[in-house]
Amino acid sequence: MIESLDPRINRASISVDNNIEPLGTLDQWETYEVFHQKKRGDQHMHVGIVHAANPEMALAFAKEQFGRRGLTANIWVVNTRNVFASTYEDADIFETTTDKIYREAGGYKVMDKINQYKKSQKA
Amino acid sequence: MNEAAIKELLYKVADDQLVLGHRNSEWTGLGPILEEDIAFSSMAQDKLGHAQGCYQILHELGEADPDQIAFSRKANQFHNCHFVELPNGEYDFSLMRHFLFDHADQIRFEMFANSSFEPLAKLAKKVKGEIKYHVFHGNTWIQKLSTANEISKIRMQTALNESWNYALGIFEEGNYEIELKNEGVFEGEKALQDKWMSVVCPLLEKAGLQVPEQSSWEPVLGGRKGYHLAHLETLVTEMSEVFQIDPTANW
Repeated sequence: MIESLDPRINRASISVDNNIEPLGTLDQWETYEVFHQKKRGDQHMHVGIVHAANPEMALAFAKEQFGRRGLTANIWVVNTRNVFASTYEDADIFETTTDKIYREAGGYKVMDKINQYKKSQKA
Repeated sequence: MNEAAIKELLYKVADDQLVLGHRNSEWTGLGPILEEDIAFSSMAQDKLGHAQGCYQILHELGEADPDQIAFSRKANQFHNCHFVELPNGEYDFSLMRHFLFDHADQIRFEMFANSSFEPLAKLAKKVKGEIKYHVFHGNTWIQKLSTANEISKIRMQTALNESWNYALGIFEEGNYEIELKNEGVFEGEKALQDKWMSVVCPLLEKAGLQVPEQSSWEPVLGGRKGYHLAHLETLVTEMSEVFQIDPTANW
């Protein structure tokens, strides 16, 4: 017969000396980065990570962690090891000199014209 | 339409969902890892929803309202199979039950989708996606654990051996198999079992597990007729504990 694991029936015996071995590296599952797409055609957005033993399991978990509330059209999972990233030490590569603000979209004046046009359409 | 036949069918299907949903929910907070805990709990909740869908149809056929049906009956008034009332055991058994039961569930609801009894066909279309996910989840775990290492493989094989005759009990025939088939309501337990075998056996084989020898098959029957193990009474008492404090309360 199969015995119940219900803690109210069988309590796990915990040793008094509490001699717990540290976890080996393979005791931990890998992590997968989860990308969530709300609607078909939208960009996939990074929403978090899940632990899993393989990509299929990562997808199964990602669906419940990140896809069960609100709209979901599609989910990607990517093994964290496959993400190639810049380092924070090199964050200065993203800095630009102040005299190049013309490169920033915020520098364009077109928004004013668009808003003006929208206003005239409403009126 | 043969109403008695439809009611019998709905009761057994709903009771399976309710009892297994409750059992699986007992893992909430105790699952092997956080992500799995959430996934398994969520699927348990889905099962309760599927039960409610069936009880709602029964209610429209003149039976008591879903809460009353779910929480006011005695264990011997339940029509679930024994498989779903067995205690959770360890996670290997719970996963094997989830895998074997949900494949039967998926095929059953695929059959219901073509039922001449419209409310059932409608419900079947509504729950299709959830069951598809349950099956995907079950397949993923069975394949992974059965091929991970020697210990996990032995444990999954043991879980399969312990489950098998109970799983065959899912397909215990009712009193109206012929009527349901002739009226196009449901193809019947025999057809369901045949399809289930043709789906489940190749998957188990792919996972390297052995289906028990046919000579050892002894379906565990009686659940559909209200005969149950002592476990169900404990479950029903716990499940209806809060409801019974005040059966007339509005939740």
